[in-house]
Amino acid sequence: MPIQYYIYLSLALFSIGIVGVLVRRNAIIVFMCIELMLNAVNLLLVAFSKMHYNMAHLTNAETTVGTEGQLFVFFIMVVAAAEVSVGLAIIVMMFRNIHSVDVNFLNRLKN
Amino acid sequence: MNITQILFWFLSVLALVSALMVLLSKNPVHSVLWLIVVFFAISGHYILLNAQFLAIVNLIVYAGAIMVLFLFVIMLMNLSADTEPQKNVWMKLAGTIAGGCFLISTCNIVYNAQNVSQEIAGKTALLNQGNIGLIGNLGKVLFKDYVVPFEISSVLFLSAMVGAVVIGKKEKSNV
Repeated sequence: MPIQYYIYLSLALFSIGIVGVLVRRNAIIVFMCIELMLNAVNLLLVAFSKMHYNMAHLTNAETTVGTEGQLFVFFIMVVAAAEVSVGLAIIVMMFRNIHSVDVNFLNRLKN
Repeated sequence: MNITQILFWFLSVLALVSALMVLLSKNPVHSVLWLIVVFFAISGHYILLNAQFLAIVNLIVYAGAIMVLFLFVIMLMNLSADTEPQKNVWMKLAGTIAGGCFLISTCNIVYNAQNVSQEIAGKTALLNQGNIGLIGNLGKVLFKDYVVPFEISSVLFLSAMVGAVVIGKKEKSNV
């Protein structure tokens, strides 16, 4: 599959995530849109990894070029899992204090 | 048009439509369920690219763990009704225009790289073949060349766990 289709798909998913972060008010939905952007990047990393492998294995059938791209996806998933646990704890604390998850209430850090 | 291409287009359309539905749903629970559909579509893409380990990990970690955590928090807060206040329509329009400008400009870059400078012209991602995405190969590279980042990520998990507990703890006073 030509690589530009994967690039366009990832860009579209990433843009949808950006629009979600800018448009929605609910902090949980904003957080989910960040996850969507991370997944768009993951998809593009895997596609590029297979693109490099495709070019390398024509000359050497035993090559492992492109494995690093998929490992980076693995580490992105690890960091995303840690980020979600802390972020949801922050959202829960915010809900407990101001009884809302509207990000508009967070425009000042004090009080 | 063979079965692989049909599956590619089907999964792409499914991912885009579900991602749009994440934005457009009023109910946060529906947004979470649509996001799970997006993750399933992306896992299907990984399987098409023969990255089987990532496909399974994506399903287990994202669709399994993270989304259940989201659902749990939403139901804990009882947010399932549309509690989101109506927002200024100009702000929505500005956000959409900003995202659209990003999409148009980056698509223009890709178009130029393909048709003008031809840096990515004719390059294809290998589907259905190649063993670099299999778990044995990934495990060898992970534990041979990337052991230190792997161990550091365990420290990151420990600190995230401690941080989540400390943040989520009930405060005794001075709230």
